[in-house]
Amino acid sequence: MVEIWWTYLWPVVWIAIKVLLIVVPLLLAVAYLTYFERKVIAAIHLRRGPNVVGPYGLLQPLADGMKLFFKETVIPTGANKGVFILAPMLTFILALIAWAVIPVGEGMVIADINVGILYLFAISSLGVYGILMAGWASNSKYAFLGGLRSAAQMVSYEVSMGFIIITVLLVAGSLNLSDIVMAQKNTVWFVIPLFPMAVIFFISTLAETNRHPFDLPEAEAELVSGYNVEYSAMTFALFFLGEYANMILMCGMTTILFLGGWLPPFDIAPFNWIPGPIWFALKISFLLFIFLWVRATFPRYRYDQLMRLGWKVFLPISLAAVVIVAGVVLAFDIDPLRTAGG
Amino acid sequence: MGVLDRSAKSIFLAELVSGMALTLRYFFKQKVTLNYPYEKGPLSPRFRGEHALRRYPNGEERCIACKLCEAICPAQAITIEAEPRDDGSRRTTRYDIDMVKCIYCGFCEEACPVDAIVEGPNFEFAAESREELMYDKTKLLANGDRWEAELAARIEADAPYR
Repeated sequence: MVEIWWTYLWPVVWIAIKVLLIVVPLLLAVAYLTYFERKVIAAIHLRRGPNVVGPYGLLQPLADGMKLFFKETVIPTGANKGVFILAPMLTFILALIAWAVIPVGEGMVIADINVGILYLFAISSLGVYGILMAGWASNSKYAFLGGLRSAAQMVSYEVSMGFIIITVLLVAGSLNLSDIVMAQKNTVWFVIPLFPMAVIFFISTLAETNRHPFDLPEAEAELVSGYNVEYSAMTFALFFLGEYANMILMCGMTTILFLGGWLPPFDIAPFNWIPGPIWFALKISFLLFIFLWVRATFPRYRYDQLMRLGWKVFLPISLAAVVIVAGVVLAFDIDPLRTAGG
Repeated sequence: MGVLDRSAKSIFLAELVSGMALTLRYFFKQKVTLNYPYEKGPLSPRFRGEHALRRYPNGEERCIACKLCEAICPAQAITIEAEPRDDGSRRTTRYDIDMVKCIYCGFCEEACPVDAIVEGPNFEFAAESREELMYDKTKLLANGDRWEAELAARIEADAPYR
């Protein structure tokens, strides 16, 4: 009995505990990201933001969640019911399962797989399916156009994101996310040598998560609210949670690739007392603040401008960057794999 | 500006960064929103809010049922019925204001020879049903009793300009 427990049941329970340890703070973070967003944007608009529900409006996300939970889920008559219900679930699930490979601290990762970055990239690319399915299954022209735009946009920016990830891999010498972070420990954070790449990557993540100024899929002015017009109540909430979880995920990815993951900025006394996950969360919060700051600052791109930026600016630059970084790595003999292998 | 300058500006995202610097400055500025239910803006003594029927200091109601307010009301929101009281003075038996019809023009207040009907400083009288907004004489007199101090002060403050 004891043997069965330790060999079969305990690993399952342990994985479940680890999953909960990631998912619960993540969902809390998502809830409070909506609050944070409203507060930050309000501050920039010289407004106050939510401040009535609870002290400083801190219970606002809870109230919003309750509201969405108790509303009726409306399914349009013309909609494809199965796909219509499946789409928000898919979006939400994809936003969550990506966290399986994100190391939040040294060794604090659910699945420490060697192709972590590929897995992450694949999952974030799959995210477009949820939106596409929602747009198609709603049987509404606005939702359909929003879904199409979103698909085109995400595909365009993924290309340059892929190349930028390659530059990071060239410098880090590993596809394992923990190893990428550790590669930044003894040298510098990759944001310093690869600064232009970091900026392009960040802008691409804005486009990838359909955030301002690239939020064409849900352009309120023309498409009402894009792919999620027909959604209400929990189905809408799942899209919303998925979108915000994706924002956090993308910021986490940027943190791991460029900002040294869970590492403190300086490995000296007051900084390395603070545990890794807190540094990781702080870095993600900083990037999220920039997300919101950008949202409050810039007007929306026109569709052709968005495509031009993706294909005619970012793609050539990131392609050139791959060649240049590879050349530099080879020329100065700083290839991490060769150095390590002898 | 030369081509080089322009390209440099766009490559280094100069415009975007300066825009973000501007919004960051606004981020730390003083908020301009009035925290409404807890904080209220100033009101002029001429502000035309909820109606009230006033009384004399001895408790006698001011209204003499001259029906000037009823006559001037452009929305025909006021309904008055009157007959002599036991002591022989002319008084209203009915004084209704349909607050839904009322356009808050203040003509009733202007027309009143005895400063009986006035529009007070209160604008927070939203109700959940239309019926609650059909004000009768009791409600209007109660309003007058409730706001008398402020109503008198407002009339006093505005008197020099009339």
